[in-house]
Amino acid sequence: MDLKGKNVTLHDMSLRDGMHAKRHQISLDEMVAVATGLDEAGMPLIEVTHGDGLGGTSLNYGFPAHSDEEYLSAVIPKMKNAKVSALLLPGIGTVDHLKMAKDLGVSTIRVATHCTEADVSEQHIGMAAKMNMDTVGFLMMAHMVSAEKILEQAKLMVSYGANCIYCTDSAGYMLPEEVKEKIGLLRSELPANVEIGFHGHHNLGMGVANSVAAIEAGASRIDGSVAGLGAGAGNTPLEVFVAVLNRMGVNSGVDLYQIMDVAEDIVVPMMDHPIRLDRDALTLGYAGVYSSFLLFAKRAEAKYGIQARDILVELGRRGTVGGQEDMIEDLALTMAKERGLI
Amino acid sequence: MSKKLRAAIIGPGNIGTDLLMKMQRSEWIEPVWMVGIDPTSEGLKRAEEMGIKTTAEGVDGLLAHVIEDDIRVAFDATSAYVHAENSRKLNELGVIMVDLTPAAIGPYCVPPVNLQDHAKNLEMNVNMVTCGGQATIPMVAAVSRVQPVEYGEIVATVSSRSVGPGTRQNIDEFTRTTAGAVEKVGGAKKGKAIIIINPAEPPLIMRDTIHCLTESEPHQDAITESVHAMVAEVQKYVPGYRLVNGPVFDGNKVSVFMEVEGLGDFLPKYAGNLDIMTAAGLRTAEMFAEEAANGVITLPARD
Repeated sequence: MDLKGKNVTLHDMSLRDGMHAKRHQISLDEMVAVATGLDEAGMPLIEVTHGDGLGGTSLNYGFPAHSDEEYLSAVIPKMKNAKVSALLLPGIGTVDHLKMAKDLGVSTIRVATHCTEADVSEQHIGMAAKMNMDTVGFLMMAHMVSAEKILEQAKLMVSYGANCIYCTDSAGYMLPEEVKEKIGLLRSELPANVEIGFHGHHNLGMGVANSVAAIEAGASRIDGSVAGLGAGAGNTPLEVFVAVLNRMGVNSGVDLYQIMDVAEDIVVPMMDHPIRLDRDALTLGYAGVYSSFLLFAKRAEAKYGIQARDILVELGRRGTVGGQEDMIEDLALTMAKERGLI
Repeated sequence: MSKKLRAAIIGPGNIGTDLLMKMQRSEWIEPVWMVGIDPTSEGLKRAEEMGIKTTAEGVDGLLAHVIEDDIRVAFDATSAYVHAENSRKLNELGVIMVDLTPAAIGPYCVPPVNLQDHAKNLEMNVNMVTCGGQATIPMVAAVSRVQPVEYGEIVATVSSRSVGPGTRQNIDEFTRTTAGAVEKVGGAKKGKAIIIINPAEPPLIMRDTIHCLTESEPHQDAITESVHAMVAEVQKYVPGYRLVNGPVFDGNKVSVFMEVEGLGDFLPKYAGNLDIMTAAGLRTAEMFAEEAANGVITLPARD
């Protein structure tokens, strides 16, 4: 398909989704260095918070090196052109966190729910819209239901005040045809002034291909991470995606060589482990499991002697959703008991 | 005179109906009135068929009958918005109010932890916190009664089908109220609450994880014993309250993994989150009745 001349807004996840891969331990200096580099490269939107969004600081998901307030206060004043977004999962964060983020200069709020539970986002989307923020409804684990169901839930979020709806492949499970079907239905049925976005994970190596498919089907915002720094096998690697968009003649406004350098010189040296498709990350994509479960499953393997792959497959079978990290140790304990290991 | 306290239920929805079914088995509480606002509601019809007096005129429709029917306790299963008025009107007539809404104008009540104190003080309005609070705060308290807890965190995972529109429209109230009660009742210096809604079919049974950070190295044996004892206390009124794994110790972190299966009265068994609310509410009223029968407290005088 000819996408030449299209405009796409890229949204970097390395300082939010990437927090999962860094066990939420990114330093303030690292945050500022990455964000500044991205700003200079022309990245329009950068997400900054705990991996599980505002208020995600917890024993369940991990205590971060710094609070959301500290990260946002460090990054936002340094931005020349880039805007900063924050994620909020109702049930974890509250409208109090939302107000705090707004006061610190966050311009885009993304309210995330499981793809069937949009009605828990009414108060948060409503308040963000009332405060004139760029308000995004973010439907997670979108592979678990039909395109019609995603549309039904998206309409709820639009009715609360969202001006952009994301179809979110949290497990990195989708293939391009599914992305096209879901994004295409959203685009044809939602009002023209509502933007459509796609957030991918690279667990089946499809991050870039899925994002291209999303643009073809009508998405105008695409999430990814510089150097892919994100949960699981990472998000769509943005320097790769920018190169592909350049080849296709799609305008992102991001400079390819500059973002390549941010990836290579700043982000890759920060990584605790190479962000790659190891067998556990591949299992996430294959079994349709929430990407941030990866490191928890690896730790459970080390502690209880149950293969991370076995744990992840069972979590997929049980239909676990985003945020159920506590199931991982619980399940590993149960499996270890059954196998007589403890 | 019967030792049973006579009761009214306000709100003939799922919670109110489940409560009514449990109450019909109670040795201490006798259901007399079901109060609604919609004359065509299924809940009022059900209550009538179960031999209960009904009114569709709200609490005002009940007030004239409170003294003649000797109503001593009322359960409010409506919403936080109307609870304060309901409570004021009924308290004036000497009716003890058990608040199942998130209004929380009275003190939080988690039966195995602090019910006895509330009953002894004859608190005229007690609040049942949240479903997640009822399921988890006993475990926080089980740790904090052994040694100081610096931080308590609970994660409640509930089936999508068991979460009603009220909770969905104001999910922040769940996280705030539960976190507050983890501190005030559970005894943690700082509390945090997380709720996850899972749409899997068949619906999952309510799951709860409780993490505590103790100030000093945890006394493993004492905590384990305390947790098991507390589980047994809750099982007295919620038999499906089960310790799945733990307590697990990792440095100063103590983790407990629970499952809550309901009795399956009116609400399905997987909705342990709703069942533990109705069971805890009823248990609360029963304790007031027991203390009154034992002469520990004297109910407001009536001619």
